[in-house]
Amino acid sequence: MNSIPFISKRALVPGFIILILLILLAAAPSYSSAYFVILMGDVFMYIILTVSWTIFSGPTGYISLATAAFFGIGVYASAVAGNEFPLLVVIGLGGLASFGIALLVGFLTLRLKGIYFAIFTFGLVTLIETFLRWWELNISHTIGRVVVYVDNTTVYYVMFIILVVLMLTAFIIRHSRFGLALQSIGEHEEAAAHIGINVTVVKTIAFAISAFFMGAAGAVMATRWTYIEPSIAFNPLYSFIPVLMAIFGGMGQLYGPVIGATIFTYLKEKLITEIPELYMVIFGVVMVIAILYLPDGLVGIVQKLWTRIRGGKRAHT
Amino acid sequence: MLVTFLDVVIGGLLLGGIFALIAVGLSLQYGVARVLNIAHGEFILLGAMSTWWLHTVHGVNPLVSLAITGPATFIIGFLIHRTLFQRLRSTSASTGAFEGRSMLAAFGLLFIIQNVVILIWGADIKSYSYYAFPVNLGGAVFGANRLVIFGFAVAIGLIFYLFLARTRQGKAIRAAAQDTATAGLMGINIKWVLALCFGFGAMMAGLAGSLLSMTISLNSAMGLKYTIIAVIVVVLGGMGSIPGSFIGGFILGLVGSIVSYYLDSLLQLAAYYGLFMILLLVRPAGILGKK
Amino acid sequence: MRILDGKGVTKYFGGLAAVDDVDFHVDQGEVVGLIGPNGAGKTTLFNLISATYAPKPGIIRFKDTNITHKKPYQICRMGIARTFQIVKIFANLPVIENVRVGAFFGESISVSSATATKESLELLEYVGLSEVANTPARDLTLANQKRLEVARALATKPELLLLDELMAGLNQTEVAEAMQLITSIRDKGITIVMIEHVMKAIMNVCDRIIVLHHGKKIAEGTPQEITHSEKVIEVYLGEDHAGSE
Repeated sequence: MNSIPFISKRALVPGFIILILLILLAAAPSYSSAYFVILMGDVFMYIILTVSWTIFSGPTGYISLATAAFFGIGVYASAVAGNEFPLLVVIGLGGLASFGIALLVGFLTLRLKGIYFAIFTFGLVTLIETFLRWWELNISHTIGRVVVYVDNTTVYYVMFIILVVLMLTAFIIRHSRFGLALQSIGEHEEAAAHIGINVTVVKTIAFAISAFFMGAAGAVMATRWTYIEPSIAFNPLYSFIPVLMAIFGGMGQLYGPVIGATIFTYLKEKLITEIPELYMVIFGVVMVIAILYLPDGLVGIVQKLWTRIRGGKRAHT
Repeated sequence: MLVTFLDVVIGGLLLGGIFALIAVGLSLQYGVARVLNIAHGEFILLGAMSTWWLHTVHGVNPLVSLAITGPATFIIGFLIHRTLFQRLRSTSASTGAFEGRSMLAAFGLLFIIQNVVILIWGADIKSYSYYAFPVNLGGAVFGANRLVIFGFAVAIGLIFYLFLARTRQGKAIRAAAQDTATAGLMGINIKWVLALCFGFGAMMAGLAGSLLSMTISLNSAMGLKYTIIAVIVVVLGGMGSIPGSFIGGFILGLVGSIVSYYLDSLLQLAAYYGLFMILLLVRPAGILGKK
Repeated sequence: MRILDGKGVTKYFGGLAAVDDVDFHVDQGEVVGLIGPNGAGKTTLFNLISATYAPKPGIIRFKDTNITHKKPYQICRMGIARTFQIVKIFANLPVIENVRVGAFFGESISVSSATATKESLELLEYVGLSEVANTPARDLTLANQKRLEVARALATKPELLLLDELMAGLNQTEVAEAMQLITSIRDKGITIVMIEHVMKAIMNVCDRIIVLHHGKKIAEGTPQEITHSEKVIEVYLGEDHAGSE
């Protein structure tokens, strides 16, 4: 628990597997089809959204429905600044804008009960969208913007890097005292406050960190659309789907959201091509079923089976 | 100037009528059944689309269609609660866990209902015209349909109020609203009452949607905005207070009308949010709230 | 030296005064008992001291610093720790992590991870929980969960420890052990205020007792004085002070 166990024996095998996976993924664009590169770009995006969402909402239990808002801010930042600045700067801008807004929202709403926070984040995407529409109509006098094109391979690599940075961040947080503070808040916020944790600050920072990555991802993915308008950038679907993926995958371990995101992105691809009218209904149904019957997600089920096979209990680490 | 005043105030009341109706609906669902039904707006969509279809395809008078969409949305809501939310209730370790899970389940419902609507009626924008002739009230002009909506919204509110105050079922609901656990111990069939509340909540939304369809054009994403408004009104009026939600709806309607008149209709939501934030920071209990 | 004092401390919930114009003080090194019938305002007073709520009106001072409007985490870092009437441990975390959180955050100076672990293990040893260090806290017995809460509170290096009904729900043996723990903590130099219904413990362990009733302080004095106070006996009509739960 104290130090990053890169050297511990238990981490050797999974660590090795992850390394191989990373190498394969890094080399993939050179030997796979354009379809694969595009699909993986999507997979990376959803993993980023899902894992960032889990960084905050997982341990604390504060359900954020603002993912689409932060993703949209990144998309919009790309549309606004993409023509004048290089991609990396735009990503930084998207990430920082989301970070800043999250700090503000967090500061205001994370001092309240969890349900008020959820409510506030739920409407945030629509709020920002209508506000920007007003702004475009009355202040900037632009309706929609054209986005600079970036080729799929670049998108792939940039998203890959963001993903790796995110996973490292998530891992470090999880094994740090900051992560412990987040878990304590989720376990019993009142007790956490009374043993010296400045709960509002801790929650807000975690929320802002997760928003940063969502904004960064948005800034990159914006290049997939050639034309951006607030109604395109801000889509509630991007709040819903990461939550679905996280819940289905399971939030107890770091890899739960990754698995959930991968499965569902692939599922989404398949469903959209075969039965486009039904795919959202199916996702909705899966969400309801997951809430009802999969409290710890897929990972939870696997863990339970594993424990039963091995016999005995394990502490939540 | 009197005309401006009438324009803004009456406009606000007309807007507020719908807000009050949908807020009472959500208040029943969240205040009593403790389900933060973020799919609330989708029942509005359902009611609106049904009435549009009944009117444009079958020539049914929109006001008459209320007699169909009301009970239909009630039944759907009742059944959803009896199956889904009742099960969540019995499998949740605490109220907090239940509230979180049911909100997420409602999130799933949002996508199910919205896309079923698209499946049935398509994703294109729909509208029809009914009672659209202008009515002059002291210089301020309004579409007759808006006045009719207002009348119906208030009437439905009053009828429901009488139901709550005078009937046994109504009293059971009020008891459950005060203290669900104790009400259950007093011989009230809590499962039935909570499902009833949820059903009534859905019905309010469905009726509001049917009424709304007379004045606005319908698109499949319209529900979200109304859900947000309903939530804000419920907080404004006081969580758990049904009369509070009713009054809060009118207050928000007035705010919306003022903002729309003096600033821009696109800024309405921002104004509602601003009000929401101030309220949460200063008086989270709301105007008539008890918690 | 006066480590804690309150003047005119009041807290209303709606129209009801849970704590009503209470003056109190605690001297360093004391063990003060806070007793009174259920609903007397004892836990509310703790909540006011630990900043769950703020007194309105009233002032509370810790070592001459006004702590009336501080936040809970600040109170903790200044040196006041508490346990709760209903145990509030971090149920899904291992026992040792529960204590480590206190070690990490309980003070203004931050400690290294290794130090936190060391201190936590020492505290677990001290309260007798070394064997279950890696068990999830929810799997502990109630008595052990209460000890865990104490260990966690001690990890924040408090000068003043507020114990809220530490002995509620414990059997005779466990009560005796808890009493030992309290005296041991006192011997370490930590000032203690304890809410208790178990009179045996109060009488044997406390230097001084404050009695609350309907939010007001109705008596204050040594255990001897309190047991002979007519006011107190009246309030506890039927309660046998020599017995325990």
